[in-house]
Amino acid sequence: MHPAVVVTGLVKQFGRFAALRGVNAEFAPNRLYAILGDNGAGKTTLLRALAGLAPPTRGSISMLGTTDLRSVCGQLGYMAHPSLLYDEMSGMENLRYFARLYEISDRAQNNKDRCADVIRAVKLDPSLTRPVGQYSQGMRQRMSLARAILHDPKILLLDEPFSNVDVHSAREMVGLLKGMRDAGKTIFVVTHQAALLEGVADEFVWMQAGQIVDRTKHLARDLNPEKP
Amino acid sequence: MKPFWSITLVTLAKDIRLEWRSKDALNAMLFFSLLVVVIFVFSFDPLAEESRHIVGGLVWVAFLFAAVVALNQTWARELRNQVLDAYRVSPAPANALFLAKVLGNFIMVGILEALMAPLFVIFYNLRVLGPAWQLIPVALLGTWALVVNGTFFAAMSLRTRSRELMLPLLLFPVSIPAVLGMVAATTNILTGENPAHFYIVLLLTYDVVFTTACLALFETVLQAE
Repeated sequence: MHPAVVVTGLVKQFGRFAALRGVNAEFAPNRLYAILGDNGAGKTTLLRALAGLAPPTRGSISMLGTTDLRSVCGQLGYMAHPSLLYDEMSGMENLRYFARLYEISDRAQNNKDRCADVIRAVKLDPSLTRPVGQYSQGMRQRMSLARAILHDPKILLLDEPFSNVDVHSAREMVGLLKGMRDAGKTIFVVTHQAALLEGVADEFVWMQAGQIVDRTKHLARDLNPEKP
Repeated sequence: MKPFWSITLVTLAKDIRLEWRSKDALNAMLFFSLLVVVIFVFSFDPLAEESRHIVGGLVWVAFLFAAVVALNQTWARELRNQVLDAYRVSPAPANALFLAKVLGNFIMVGILEALMAPLFVIFYNLRVLGPAWQLIPVALLGTWALVVNGTFFAAMSLRTRSRELMLPLLLFPVSIPAVLGMVAATTNILTGENPAHFYIVLLLTYDVVFTTACLALFETVLQAE
């Protein structure tokens, strides 16, 4: 099986500071990867590099068999720490706009139906008319996830999807991600709440000082028989 | 080409909707222009003949400064919640976003001009002595010149720390030929002393050159870190 993502010698520098220091990794398709590490370990930078938002200083990223990330951006879903939504528009209005960017459908009804389905999938009400700026933080996170999965991407890049979300809602989000992984998506989740993904993530990828230092099957690193 | 125009129009509609709800840029522009008109009226008390010679400069300087307010707002709302990143990771063409922003600003500044022009006429007791219809192409081409460069430079200064300051520093020097053309054409039409054709052609050429350059370079600006 060809890897979904191959990262080779990836270095990302911001001025003199190297956020990523030679990351090498292969990620198989249809897997859920939890990317873990302390603040400043390079998790978000790695995710932004995979999304094509932070071009590598050195090294390369191959995604779905190509190094031209722009050509596969329609197959990527990206959820950042900020919501990436317009505060002045409702959730449905936001999604309908982004659906048009992905050419989901020019026909108004199809576009609306798809958006409503995705909003329901994240356990929100599509008929909510109040602007996203008035949502609770948890609702905003879920709407942000809805935006990321709107175009049914093959690869999902999620940065802190569970932050500020109550435990019940976070578990619902994990269930949704599990279903998507089982449906053939490759999912990367940057999180500080790794316990939520225990038993769901196929691999825990540990980062430290801009490098991947370990990859384990279980959250408790000591349980991993392959650990060096 | 269909997706390009479809995305341009849907982005333009989104921007108009956001502005309609917040009215951030329009209110600020109107207030600023009104202030300029009132201050100039109190500063000078020109005769009708003198007005015709100076009002071309006053009106375009007022619109130029007021436009900067709208131009900064255009991109500021894309920075809130980093929504611009959502556009950058989508397959939508960069130039569709640029063109939508330019059209949105063109409409906004156009509304401002339509509302402020009668005030200038009243306060300065203006009567056009030349071919008045030529003011329409001058207004259209002049406004386009302001917003196309303004939108581009506002995007360029987006990630700088003091972007409100950077925009006029970048925009005003580049706009000098266009502003000269607008002022000279308007003055010539108002006074009826000289034809304005040369300046209208100058504005048209300026618009074509800078629109082409901005469209060619915008993707680089958008994808820059």
